Amino acid sequence: MKELEYPFDSEYIIKKKKSIKRSLLADGSKRLKKKVAVFGGSTTNAIVDYLELFLLDQGIEPEFYQSEYAQYWQDAMFPGEELLSFSPDIVFIHTTSRNITAFPTTSDTKETVDKLLDAEYSKYVQMWQKIRETYHCPIIQNNFEMPYYRLMGNKDCSDYRGRLNFASRLNDRFYSYADENEGFYINDINFISASYGLRRWSDPSYWNMYKYAMCFEAIPEFSFNLSNIIKSVFGKNKKVLALDLDNTLWGGVVGDDGVDGIQIGQETGVSQSYYEFQSYVSSLRSLGVVLTVCSKNEHENAIDGLNHPEGALRPDDFIIIKANWENKDRNIIETAAELNVLPDSIVFADDNPAEREIVRAQIPGIAVPEMDSVENYIINLDRGGYFEVTSFSADDLKRNEMYKANAERAAAVASFADYNEYLLSLDMNAVIDDFIPVYLQRITQLTNKSNQFNVTTKRYTTAEMEAVAQSDEYIRLYGKLADKFGDNGVVSVVIGHKNGDVLDMELWLMSCRVLKRDMEFAMLDRLVERCREQGISKIKGYYYPTAKNKMVKDLYGKFGFEKLSEDEDGNSVWELSVSDYEIRNKVIKVGDNSSVK
Amino acid sequence: MDAKTIYSRLNKVFRDVFDDDSITVGPKTTADDIEDWDSLEHITLISAVEREFRMKFKMGEISSMKNVGEMAQIIASRVK
Repeated sequence: MKELEYPFDSEYIIKKKKSIKRSLLADGSKRLKKKVAVFGGSTTNAIVDYLELFLLDQGIEPEFYQSEYAQYWQDAMFPGEELLSFSPDIVFIHTTSRNITAFPTTSDTKETVDKLLDAEYSKYVQMWQKIRETYHCPIIQNNFEMPYYRLMGNKDCSDYRGRLNFASRLNDRFYSYADENEGFYINDINFISASYGLRRWSDPSYWNMYKYAMCFEAIPEFSFNLSNIIKSVFGKNKKVLALDLDNTLWGGVVGDDGVDGIQIGQETGVSQSYYEFQSYVSSLRSLGVVLTVCSKNEHENAIDGLNHPEGALRPDDFIIIKANWENKDRNIIETAAELNVLPDSIVFADDNPAEREIVRAQIPGIAVPEMDSVENYIINLDRGGYFEVTSFSADDLKRNEMYKANAERAAAVASFADYNEYLLSLDMNAVIDDFIPVYLQRITQLTNKSNQFNVTTKRYTTAEMEAVAQSDEYIRLYGKLADKFGDNGVVSVVIGHKNGDVLDMELWLMSCRVLKRDMEFAMLDRLVERCREQGISKIKGYYYPTAKNKMVKDLYGKFGFEKLSEDEDGNSVWELSVSDYEIRNKVIKVGDNSSVK
Repeated sequence: MDAKTIYSRLNKVFRDVFDDDSITVGPKTTADDIEDWDSLEHITLISAVEREFRMKFKMGEISSMKNVGEMAQIIASRVK
């Protein structure tokens, strides 16, 4: 919903909260249901109200538990019946500088202050560990905003007795913990409050009258920032940035002004702004965001513009370049199809409001940030939180190379008469084996973002996946696939729960980047082999339809399973007897964990 | 700004905040008359009124206002 996209009008959202919620709930979209426990050190009601709006808008339907006023520590350490049975999918701890119990005083020694710091910090660590042991779920923790007055003036930030100094040191401790613990995320209110304006943010009347730790008008921005972490944890990030060219990546129109006439580089303020934006986009690429071009231009002119010697981007940085005179919504749909991603995982950046409007109207779920003037491009894209990083796997860094290799494969297939011959020519090598720690993060990430080739669409948090990985009740397989064009990394995950001599399949997913490579058969071969070794005689498969997973409706049928039942909603149950199974994969060489260096 | 304009604009704010087009406020309206007007929504209402009239209530005013009439008086004294 446009009203909830950055830069939004907070006061409008405050006034229209109820009707916005009503229309979000009435839009008929299917959302991921998630339970969010909020442990507050101050009032949390409005925080939850606006968080709900932003999450609904991002495809998540939250259910909330809120601790009684300021009972965050008690609730975390001594959970009541209501909280235990609520069983959260994620816990958010809303503490602020208002909750720091013992700031240093001017008579304290260095040692005393260090002890105060240890005491304050260990209170939090205790709480985080208890939450982790009890719910095995991700935790989001606010850092501390800077206190709004400075007893010592400027020295308050550098002197060990200063309140600012103390809050900063606590923050550093939190960051070290975040760095060492997976599934633990900092909600950076120190940044958000500074960006909002600390003076307005910490207007004490809101604390004194309502026990809100920030001014009421800042809460939508606070909640939006928080919602970005949650949606990223649950796999709702965008993947692709589709960019217009003229007046988006450079100033002017390359077709009219010529390459020498466009504004990019160090010459003027305007050309520097475009250069900064290109540099920002180039950094996004290095984070694993896939870049494409969607521009109304002659192809040749587009390439010339991207080859401008003063630019920060090169034509090679883009996986797909659509520079033609087709409608942009159509180009975007084609881009999505070629990349094997859903159109709603794309962000479309274009300076032309008319183009934005058409794309927004034609493609549900696509993000179309305001790109009104070049000096705002970076902030609007950045603050929009489309590519919020919560985990950072090696595969993210290589994603662009992988998509590029995919494009080369597509070109190669055209030159073969027989598809099998083509597959053999790819020289594919897979590793298929039980989970190992080095891939666990990627495995979890895949379970949270694969929608299409996914028979059950079961999601796992980091903690849940660790539990599965350590249990002997499961047969688990990950599959990694490389070929002569490049390494695709971990692309398939299969999890079955052992039940006597039957294996109940909880998960079968594969990344769409390796469709039609027979990888699923290689996975099945290995699964049957493991079943035989462990005395399993039957594998039972389950298909649960969603709006996105039609392509695997008959996956188990294709595997040779027999359909046992199907209900009116399309949920089906399948069974395979492992004794009669014959090897299906004939094109991929398959190794095991011993080949992983 | 005359009282009539203030009340008509206040009325619109109340309808937006409580998402109820049947609301009509007058000088004597209090929180008891509107079902969803509790202490939590009071702050939403204050914020929306402040935006509508581009003014700020003082802390003391917020806690001492007894009805919509007093709210309108403060607005009238603050907004030209």
